[in-house]
Amino acid sequence: MDFPYIVEPRRDTGLYNAKLGIWLFLASEVMLFGALFSAYVLLRVGAEPGMWPHGWLNVYIGTANTIVLITSSITTVMAWVSCKLRQYRRFKFFHALTIVLAMTFVCIKSYEYHDKFTHYEITLANGKFADGHLVERSKDFDLAKKTGRVTIHGHEVDHEVELMDMQRPEARHIQREELTIPATDIKKMERYGPWHHTYLAIYFTLTALHAFHVICGALVIGFLWGPGSRMWHTDPERFTNRIEVSGLFWHFVDLIWIFLFPVLYLL
Amino acid sequence: MNNSMTMNSGHSPESAHSVRGYIFVFIALLAGTFLTVWASFIQFGSREINIAVALTIASVKAFLVAAYFMHLISERKMIFCVMGFTALFFAGLMGLTIWSTSPDSMVHIQHVP
Repeated sequence: MDFPYIVEPRRDTGLYNAKLGIWLFLASEVMLFGALFSAYVLLRVGAEPGMWPHGWLNVYIGTANTIVLITSSITTVMAWVSCKLRQYRRFKFFHALTIVLAMTFVCIKSYEYHDKFTHYEITLANGKFADGHLVERSKDFDLAKKTGRVTIHGHEVDHEVELMDMQRPEARHIQREELTIPATDIKKMERYGPWHHTYLAIYFTLTALHAFHVICGALVIGFLWGPGSRMWHTDPERFTNRIEVSGLFWHFVDLIWIFLFPVLYLL
Repeated sequence: MNNSMTMNSGHSPESAHSVRGYIFVFIALLAGTFLTVWASFIQFGSREINIAVALTIASVKAFLVAAYFMHLISERKMIFCVMGFTALFFAGLMGLTIWSTSPDSMVHIQHVP
């Protein structure tokens, strides 16, 4: 059985099936991310005054990832143009670039996640706070038994609120050094995971969902670059449509990041 | 292989002019990214203004991606209809969210000491 409108557009809509399908899917995706952006606004406005973090993420890494994703968008569109021009080798080149850029994005994001999961806020027994990246734990370190010690590369502050705004001018002059803290002096030790702060909760939710989209998109693009490209030799028009549809999804992923970057990294 | 072009979706990317357009949009997106970062380091007087500036630049970038890379600017009526309703519901969602943060709204969040 042949399905109609796989290649040729329907006369009334002017669209082939997959194109209408991907746009309907993207519409649902807008609402999915919209709900999470709404949650971000509510969490931010609902935070105690002075307790919403600024500057917790590395702007330069975020900028690099933005450039990677924007570049992948142009390679995707160039891959589609190459298909339309019946330039198969150029298509393969641009799509390979897109896959490499997608993997680069995921690697950079993984580095950022690792950075957060090795970053600790330590509530000290004297009421002060130590904040920094884990350097090492002694072998006998056990917070429950109060044995051993932990070393972080960071700094100490009197109040937790001082850890919130790392964009303030004074924060640029913070001297970070290695601090070795015995377990007996530690009241609470928490890494910068999603449970640490509502900002991190929404940061991980939004960026993990976005990274999931990047990975899924890269898998589809990888399939169309590899085994899926066999269709080019039998039905190039339909294959070109597939490249267009996967490209639309990829541009949407880029579009979401365009908003995530300033909202999470800069504001 | 068939070398003839069979256009089926209304977009004509084959001219060098179109490719130049994509490259122009790419450069504009890069410039927008650097502008966003640069603007974030400038104190415009209040954080609200900084937020407005960043979101305005992001919206322009999003328009460029949607209009040119996704070809929304030359898309069919059906797609406009779908995305128009989506934009309406999205605006409603964000409008309700922002309204709920207003002190006068019924659902305003209050901090209990």
